[in-house]
Amino acid sequence: MDYAASLHLTAAEIGLSVVALVLLLVTAWTGAKAVRGVTIAAVAALFGALIFSVSLPNGGVPAEAFGGLLRVDGFALFAKTLIYLATIACLIVAPRYFEGRGGYRGEYAVLLLFNAVGMGIMVSAVDLMALYVGLELSSLSSYVLASFARKDEKSSEAGLKYFILGGLASGIILYGVSLVYGFSGTTSYDGIRAAFTADFATGAMFGVVFVLAGMAFKIAAVPFHMWTPDVYEGAPTPVTAFFASAPKVAAVAMMVRMVTSPFGGQVEAWQQIVIFAALASIVVGALGAIGQQNLKRLLAYSSINNVGFILIGLAAATAAGISGVLVYLFIYVFMTIGSFVALLMLRDADGQPLATFDDISGLATRSPALAWCLLALMFSLAGIPPLFGFWGKFVVFQAAVQADMIALAAIGIAASVIGAFYYIKFVKVMFFDEAKGEAPAKAPVSHWVVLGLCVLIVSPLGYLLTPWLGTAADAAAQALFLGA
Amino acid sequence: MEFPILSLMLAVPLIAAIACLFLDAPAARMTALFATLIDLALGVMLWINYDIGGAQWQFQENLQLFAGFEYALGIDGIALMLIMLSVFLMPICILASWDSISKRVGEYMSAFLLMEVLMIGVFAAQDLFLFYIFFEAGLIPMYLIIGVWGGDNRIYASYKFFLYTLLGSVLMLIAMLWMVNEAGTSSIPVLMQYDFPVGAQFWLWLAFFASFAVKMPMWPVHTWLPDAHVQAPTAGSVILAGVLLKLGGYGFIRFSLPMFPDASADLAWLVFGLSMVAVIYTSLVALVQEDMKKLIAYSSVAHMAIVTVGLFAFNVQGLEGAMMVMLGHGLVSGALFLCVGVIYDRLHTREIARYGGLSINMPKYALFFLLFTMASIGLPGTSNFVGEFLALAGIYEVSTFVTLVCTTGIILGAAYMLYLYRRVAFGEQKNADAAAMPDLNAREWAMLAPIAAAVLWMGVYPESFLAPMRQDIASLEARLASVAPHYDSELAVGTPRETAANYVEYDGDKEGAH
Repeated sequence: MDYAASLHLTAAEIGLSVVALVLLLVTAWTGAKAVRGVTIAAVAALFGALIFSVSLPNGGVPAEAFGGLLRVDGFALFAKTLIYLATIACLIVAPRYFEGRGGYRGEYAVLLLFNAVGMGIMVSAVDLMALYVGLELSSLSSYVLASFARKDEKSSEAGLKYFILGGLASGIILYGVSLVYGFSGTTSYDGIRAAFTADFATGAMFGVVFVLAGMAFKIAAVPFHMWTPDVYEGAPTPVTAFFASAPKVAAVAMMVRMVTSPFGGQVEAWQQIVIFAALASIVVGALGAIGQQNLKRLLAYSSINNVGFILIGLAAATAAGISGVLVYLFIYVFMTIGSFVALLMLRDADGQPLATFDDISGLATRSPALAWCLLALMFSLAGIPPLFGFWGKFVVFQAAVQADMIALAAIGIAASVIGAFYYIKFVKVMFFDEAKGEAPAKAPVSHWVVLGLCVLIVSPLGYLLTPWLGTAADAAAQALFLGA
Repeated sequence: MEFPILSLMLAVPLIAAIACLFLDAPAARMTALFATLIDLALGVMLWINYDIGGAQWQFQENLQLFAGFEYALGIDGIALMLIMLSVFLMPICILASWDSISKRVGEYMSAFLLMEVLMIGVFAAQDLFLFYIFFEAGLIPMYLIIGVWGGDNRIYASYKFFLYTLLGSVLMLIAMLWMVNEAGTSSIPVLMQYDFPVGAQFWLWLAFFASFAVKMPMWPVHTWLPDAHVQAPTAGSVILAGVLLKLGGYGFIRFSLPMFPDASADLAWLVFGLSMVAVIYTSLVALVQEDMKKLIAYSSVAHMAIVTVGLFAFNVQGLEGAMMVMLGHGLVSGALFLCVGVIYDRLHTREIARYGGLSINMPKYALFFLLFTMASIGLPGTSNFVGEFLALAGIYEVSTFVTLVCTTGIILGAAYMLYLYRRVAFGEQKNADAAAMPDLNAREWAMLAPIAAAVLWMGVYPESFLAPMRQDIASLEARLASVAPHYDSELAVGTPRETAANYVEYDGDKEGAH
């Protein structure tokens, strides 16, 4: 085993871990005094990891670290880039959000760093043990983050719910992993693939189903989605923005690698499950959102809905489908962070959040810039061209059609019209209804910068990114199919 | 590369739309008017420079900006005429909203300018997906126009408009994805010559039909139209009736007919059936309307049914007639909505019974209204006569029965329009406030006079409008020739007699022999 090469390939994770540990000590000794410095250091560390990951020469040849525990390939790097970007955004908007209500501490940055390390491991793991370590590192820091607003009952409730249900999902995954290991005799992805190709027993099938069920929980796909609205509503908004973006990317990437690599020879075994989860997520996400008054709950259902579209690309089980998934994830990250940042900017003069539809009625006259940004984000989430969200749907449906799954594509896209209903309700409330109350409080510059960037990307200008994005996603998807 | 005039026509209103968001009301009005007039001037240049009888696709531009689809623009004669219609109506729409829109003027003008960008884009797009993006994007500004500046029931109307049309078009996207996957290109000119398998054509045709039938709108999916028309502000109705409804017809002529000729022939009975129902049913519905805008909205559905019938006749007269009805109806229905808008701005009601005897106190208005009423009926000398006559002549070659029913619709059209005109303009002045309304002002003159001139021009010398389209329609007919239906009138050409019919054999020899 070449330690130098292994350490080089995982330098981003190692660097982030070291920075996180140092910052933890700093926070423990200095308390609230160094919070600002800790946050800046964490952002800098993430930027460093981002630049390192982007510049890591992968050259189309996947490299393995630590004797086949982690694989650094184009796919992992694409996912990591998105994860770091999303984490940075959630870190930048947090301090000013907590400023009004107190409770911001250095641990927030530290937890996000640990989370980023865990997610990095999740997307590059090619061994079930390594995968589980990464998954738990990410999940455990997420549980704490959910209840970060300690004095807020809803936040504590969200953390507890997330912990219990997340623990259950981890257990399900572990049970599946034990079955898979039992029937294949190895935890290495390549080994499992070889063993399953030789002999795929009914017991192994159960293993696959359990692993997928646990993963469906992590990505909040129907029928394992019920925790999402509660957790998203209760957690502090920057944390919700984080949950809806980076861990979702990591979990989807983990699932994609799982089904294409160890289970890649048994497409028929998991394809039906993915198809069901995709359609069910689209429909339940759309129908569940209709009755919601709370904006965060609404966006929670919207994220369930979006996962459904992502899974349509996965259901195609082709390189084009995986490429579509990655493109969708890229666009989704900007849409979802933009929407949540816009939500956390919606505060009245006393710092109370404008949390329901009633609170934002007539926003277009009270705060036109914010309303127009939200309008772009909502139409983008609904997949209406010329906004960039359309392109995400376009590529996954194109992959499904190319894989000859026309019925799936037709049902999925018809169901997307149900989703459009509540997105345009958002617009209706902001633009058509009479203004109530005064203008929201002035938002800090950092929030405007993040929101502005996200809106710029979901605007039609985003289409200029398509050549680069398509090439990058295609290369990343190809990396998964190289070994096959 | 030649001068990118089509891109410029897209860019001018786009830049103005962004600018309007940041301007106050008077500046936004001027900006919008100025931008639409520049686009009209560019449109005129486009028409002048269009080489009739030249290449099928002209003013082509192609930029590799995106992955998966191309920024490809270009027009043929059909697209040229519809672009002209759009750029001609836009400044009039801005004028129509000059005084009647007083809140959030900048955003309103911005939405209209965006509409113009998208409409020109739809007609100029030469890439299937670029077309879809422009086609679908029109939902956003129209949703806002109806929802923010519409009437009392605007929210319901805006939802209905948005969801109805969205549901119609998403299935078309799946069909497009399949077509591009099958043919390996997303270029519209190439796809128009591509022969899709006959079995697949059936499904593709239905998917496109779902979209275009809603846009058109055809009975029974027309119900969004009266709501949207009634609730939209005047200029919104003009754009809806004038241009947006033509997207459906344009879709049929650009996609359904040339790309799926076999399916079009097989399913023509469906189109005929729905159109016949529409002509009779919506005309009867229009007859009993109490609301002026609703009446004109239903009449639009009836006129559009003539368009579909003409299109599916598969012969030159039918296709040319359908195009002429589209252009004529775009002008006339737009003008009728403007006429309603003129008196709505004064009395703030669309109820027919509140008016009466307007020809006494508003003679100039009554004259314009009369002209457009007659044009809507299809009086010779006006634009709609040319289109309706050609369309019905075309369909008569295919089916006498369909012609019979559709012509009845025209008679019903005369009934409801004349009935409307009598109640509004003639009779006694029942209401004092209606009787006190002043006649047209200069701005309203500037709106109605150009349309009146165009209506008469199209009625007296339609060749100006038919000439650019002739070659494209001929090539479309050639494409459809293999599937064109037989004449049901069985006009058999017999062998001519050797002599004239009144010939009496000369019997000179026997002359005087008795």
